[in-house]
Order: sequence, then C-alpha cells, then structure tokens
Amino acid sequence: MPVLTYLEAIRQGLWEEMERDERVFLLGEDIGVYGGAFKVTEGFLERFGEERVIDTPISEAAIVGAAIGAALVGLRPVAEMQFIDFISIAFDQLTNFAAKCRYRWGAGVPIVVRGPCGGGVHGGPFHSQNVEAYFFHTPGLKIVEPATPYDAKGLIKAAIRDEDPVLYFEHKYLYRRIRGEVPEDDYIVPIGKADIKRPGRDVTILTYGWMVHKSLEAAEIVAQEDIEVEVVDLRTLLPLDDETILSSVAKTGRAVIVHEDTRTGGIAGEIAMRLNERIFEYLEAPVVRVTAPDTPIPFSPPLEEFFLPQVEEIVQAVRWVANY
Amino acid sequence: MEEPLTREQLLDMYYYMKLTRMVEERLQRLYRQGKIVGGLYRSLGQEGESVASAYALEEGDFLAVMIRNLGALFVRGIRPWEIFTQYMGKGTSPTRGKDSIVHFGSVERGIIPPISHLGDLIPVMAGIALASKMQRKRSVALTYIGDGGTSTGVFHEGLNFAAVLKLPLIVIAEDNGYAYSTPKHRQMAIENIADRAIGYGIFGETVDGNDVIAVYHATRRAIERAREGLGPTLLEVKTFRMRGHAEHDDAWYVPREVLEYWQKRDPILRLEIYLKEHGMADETDFEAITHRIEQEIEADLQYAEQSPMPDPRIALEGVYAETPSVSEAPLPSEHAVKSRS
Ligand SMILES: Cc1ncc(C[n+]2csc(CCOP(=O)(O)OP(=O)(O)O)c2C)c(N)n1
Ligand SMILES: [Mg+2]
Repeated sequence: MPVLTYLEAIRQGLWEEMERDERVFLLGEDIGVYGGAFKVTEGFLERFGEERVIDTPISEAAIVGAAIGAALVGLRPVAEMQFIDFISIAFDQLTNFAAKCRYRWGAGVPIVVRGPCGGGVHGGPFHSQNVEAYFFHTPGLKIVEPATPYDAKGLIKAAIRDEDPVLYFEHKYLYRRIRGEVPEDDYIVPIGKADIKRPGRDVTILTYGWMVHKSLEAAEIVAQEDIEVEVVDLRTLLPLDDETILSSVAKTGRAVIVHEDTRTGGIAGEIAMRLNERIFEYLEAPVVRVTAPDTPIPFSPPLEEFFLPQVEEIVQAVRWVANY
Repeated sequence: MEEPLTREQLLDMYYYMKLTRMVEERLQRLYRQGKIVGGLYRSLGQEGESVASAYALEEGDFLAVMIRNLGALFVRGIRPWEIFTQYMGKGTSPTRGKDSIVHFGSVERGIIPPISHLGDLIPVMAGIALASKMQRKRSVALTYIGDGGTSTGVFHEGLNFAAVLKLPLIVIAEDNGYAYSTPKHRQMAIENIADRAIGYGIFGETVDGNDVIAVYHATRRAIERAREGLGPTLLEVKTFRMRGHAEHDDAWYVPREVLEYWQKRDPILRLEIYLKEHGMADETDFEAITHRIEQEIEADLQYAEQSPMPDPRIALEGVYAETPSVSEAPLPSEHAVKSRS
C-alpha cells in the first residue's frame, strides 16, 4: 500500500472527489496559482481549471457565504481557510446561516470548510489556535479532525459527500511529519465514528488530532509499568461517537481526556459529563483531563511548549487514574 | 501652501528608511542562520511610505502598523533591540515572548499593535479617533491596510463608521501589487483603492508611495483635515513588495520586469538623488548615517542575542488584570499547577 504524508492524503482525497463529482469545487485564498499556503491544492488549478479552483479575495465571510449559496443550489464547495484562525471572520455565516438552514426550512448546506489548525510550529497567538469549541456548541454543524493519513483521506471524502456543513480541521504540525499507509481506492471514514488506535484494558484515553500521537507515546511508556491504555481517537468531534466512547470507558473504568485546545469550555468537559450521566457506576476513578491552560497560545518556544500538553503530563494523569 | 521639508527632516526620514532596511537585512541573515523563530516579513521597497506617513504624525497621535510598517515604528521611537528580541522570542522582548514580529505596542507610546486578522485594526483605530473627539483632544489615528486587506468586511465597516461620525482617522492603503501570491486585480475590480473614498463620502487621494516627500505631504493634509473635524481620509500609496510574502516565498509568480521597474524607483535611492540634486547632502552624509546605524544595530543585536529566553511560566500570566482563582484538579502537582491559569 502506498505510504503518504498526512498532507498528501488530504490532497489525494480532495483530488479523487473532484475527479468523481464535477459538482465539487474549491475556493480560498492563494489556493490556485500558488497551490495554497501549505501546498495542499498544488496542481489542482492545472488539472481542474479556474472555474473549479477559485482564488478569492481575502474575504472569509464571502468565501463561506458563497460556498453556502452554491451548496444550496446543488454544488459541493470546499472552502479553505488559509489558517483556521481566520474562520472567526466567517463565524456568522457558519453558525447562523449554514447551521440553521435545514432546521428552519429544510434546506441542506453540503459545504466543507477546511484549514490548518493547531500549534507546535511557533505560529503565535493567531496562527496556532484550535477553534473547535467555538463551533462544538452549534447544532447543525459537524466537526472532524483526523490524526492519521488514512483518516485524513477517508474523512475529507466523507465530509464532501455529507449533506450537512462539515468543518474539517487539519493539524499543521502533522502535515509533513506523519506518514502512513493510504489505500489507493475509494473509501470513506464515516463521520461520527471514533477509532480505537490502541486497545487496552486499564485506562481509556479519549483524544484527537496531534494529541493522538502524544497519547500513543504516553501509552507506550506506561505499558512498561503494566498499565494497558486504550487510545480512542475521536476523529469526529460533532457529533461525538457515544457508543465507542462509552463502551471503552465502561470496559476500563478509568478515563483521561486529552486535548490541545484550552481547558474551560473544551470538548473534554462535555465528554466527562456524558460519562458521568451514562456510565457513572462503571467509573473506578474521577475522569481527568490534560489540556492547554486557559490562556492564548504564546509564540516563544519555551512558552509554547509549556502551553501545549506534553507526553509527560499525559503519563502522569494516566498513572494517577490507574492508581486511584 | 505646504511648508517644504527641511534638510534636517529629510535626513531624519533618510535615517529611518535606512535603519528599517538595514535591520531587515540583518534579520534576513539571522533567519538564514536559523536564529530567529518563525517567519520573516520584509518591507523592502516600502520603507518610504511607512516612514513618511508616520513622520507626519505629532506627539499624542496614535499609530497602528501592519506587518510591513517597521519603518513607522522606528519613527515612533521603537528601537532595533525591540524588534530583534521579538523575532527571537526572547524574555526581554516587549511581549516577553508571547507574540512576535511587530505585534507589540503601548498605549502610552501611541502604538496599537495589529492582530494577524487583516482589517481588524481599522474599526479599532476608528474607536481611538472617536475617543479623541469625545475627549476634545487633537489626536488623530493612523493605520495601514494592504491591497489584499481591503477585501475584508471590517475594512468597509470601519471606514464607513468613521465617515458617518466624521472621525479623525487616516487609513493608508498600500497597493504593493500583491497579497501573498494574489495580484491586485484578483482582489478588486478597480484600479485605485482611493476611488472607494467616494463611496464612503470621505477624502481620498492616491500618491506615489516611493516618493517620501509626496507621501509626507499627503499625510499632513489628511491629518490637518482630521484635526479640523473634516473626517477620515483614505490615502492610497502606490508601491511594490520587492520580496516574497515572507522569506519562505521566493515570489516566482511576480514577473521579473515588474521588479526591475520598481527597483529603479527604490524610495531610498530616490531620496538620495533628491538630496544630492538639491545640494542638501552627499555621499559622505549618507555614509555617516549608514555607519551610525551599523553601530546601533550591532549594540542592539548583541543585547538581543545575550537575552535569555522567557521563563515558561510567563505563559500563564496576564490574561486578566487579576489572575482568577481556579480550583485545583486533584492531580499530580505538576499538572495541577499548569492548569491553574
Ligand atoms: C483575515 C485574514 N485572512 C487571511 C490572512 C492570511 N494572510 C496574511 S497576510 C496575507 C496577504 C496580505 O496582503 P496585503 O493586505 O496586500 O498586504 P501585503 O502583504 O501585500 O503587505 C494573507 C492572505 C490574514 N492574515 N487575515
Ligand atoms: Mg499587498
């Protein structure tokens, strides 16, 4: 099976969907001639032409708004945010327009809004953010964030085929650092399905994005102490895959939730509440979370490293719940 | 009539332009040596408009820069060490490592820093202009926007708001040909950004951005109108970005002839020619200034290089005026400390 980087897998998924369905088109800043700030769409303009690969003005609200309009009348737009931090400008289009169309008047808005998220590359406060929590609170949207090349390809395809608006967050730290086997054939990774990246019986780590890799490292370390961790990669954040989450934690009785996003109002809080509501009797220890602190993400390497959840913190949290 | 700029003023502007260029050249070397953190955004070829527009301001006025306005910061008293430490993420930098590049400021010094989101400064500077009016002050607010940045919604909202309330706001729109890889004609369907002024009912003017004298006078006119209560100005400067968007970008998409055209119109070169033709300065004057800058840069760079990186715990400080109390999680102490922010 071919081995691709995370970035190449996204590109391949987009490419195949554009080959498969001529309703699919791309719009965003510097995506055509330049091939995108991170080169995700390199070569697309040459292959698919200016009508389906549109270089836009710096107008995120218009990019997303126009995507919504085109989707309402039968096209399948994929909008790129040059950095996901700039999605804030399209907040209204997403949370008020796209998210509420189906509920109000039955019209589906099959758009994908994708872009690079996350820290680790010293991008500073405006090029490193994780924005899922802003949208997690909005019924009508879906949110996915792959951690591996396989999932990256399968999820972009599923997102494009989905009948509702999907936010597709790709972690820029993983773009060229993570490689993996990616089938050449057409497959999708269903939205709403988590994946067990490492099975284990003692403690469940629930996580996503870059933190899947850090959690796997932590699992490796505690395995030497005879603590067998199950690492659940959520993959889809909205809607959460309750079945996988609950059955894993019901089995292990101990859960650590890890996210790179800041703490208060983060997704970990919601998951912990579901565990509490649904499988309280199975819990052998308090549910704990390892997250970034409640601050903006700082620029300088020592500050950023301190801000980001580290493997050692995950290890400590796992040991703590395991020995509770 | 406009009062002509004196020899002293012109040499002053020359100093700031040259300082900008030389600091950036130094940063470029540091970038190649891997000594700075993150990207490097140069203003090569645009030093003139930044310096001349900021030079037209007075004490008490407010300035907000975008990434290519390093020269404007120097005019307002920022020194090279502040830039070097910002780029190196040092603990002694104005933001103590929390943010980078020209993303720093001080209300006392009349400098409001940008965020990356283009255009967001315009309504904020309109607010500063509004406060100046409400507080019966003479201060004006001046900020910049690129050709690409004018495509944002906040650009429109900010200018229209300022127009309706007749606020003392000056927006310098820099047409430098490109926004990252996107040429201006993919950004707007008009030739001159200043034409938009008509739509807002405000003053608009287009000047040669590489002619510092023209930029200075046009900015002065805008400032005077603002102080007289005649409202905002959209002042467009025609210039060119002589390097890529940032140093990682070799700008292969920019035609060579265009670069050659602008190379001949370099703002520093043009001021030198002007000063020589008017018998105001000669090579020895320029060399003396260059020499002085070299020494200033060396000293400041040494300070920056010797400065420590920030203490990681600074990451938790300064989110609010007072640090809120957060209940400690029942977890190993290391972890609990970090979550208390
Ligand atoms: C709202 C927003 N969208 C996208 C970006 C990413 N971005 C940073 S600079 C830039 C190009 C800016 O071009 P322009 O405004 O012409 O300024 P110049 O770089 O030419 O000085 C882009 C697209 C951003 N900073 N803000
Ligand atoms: Mg520009």
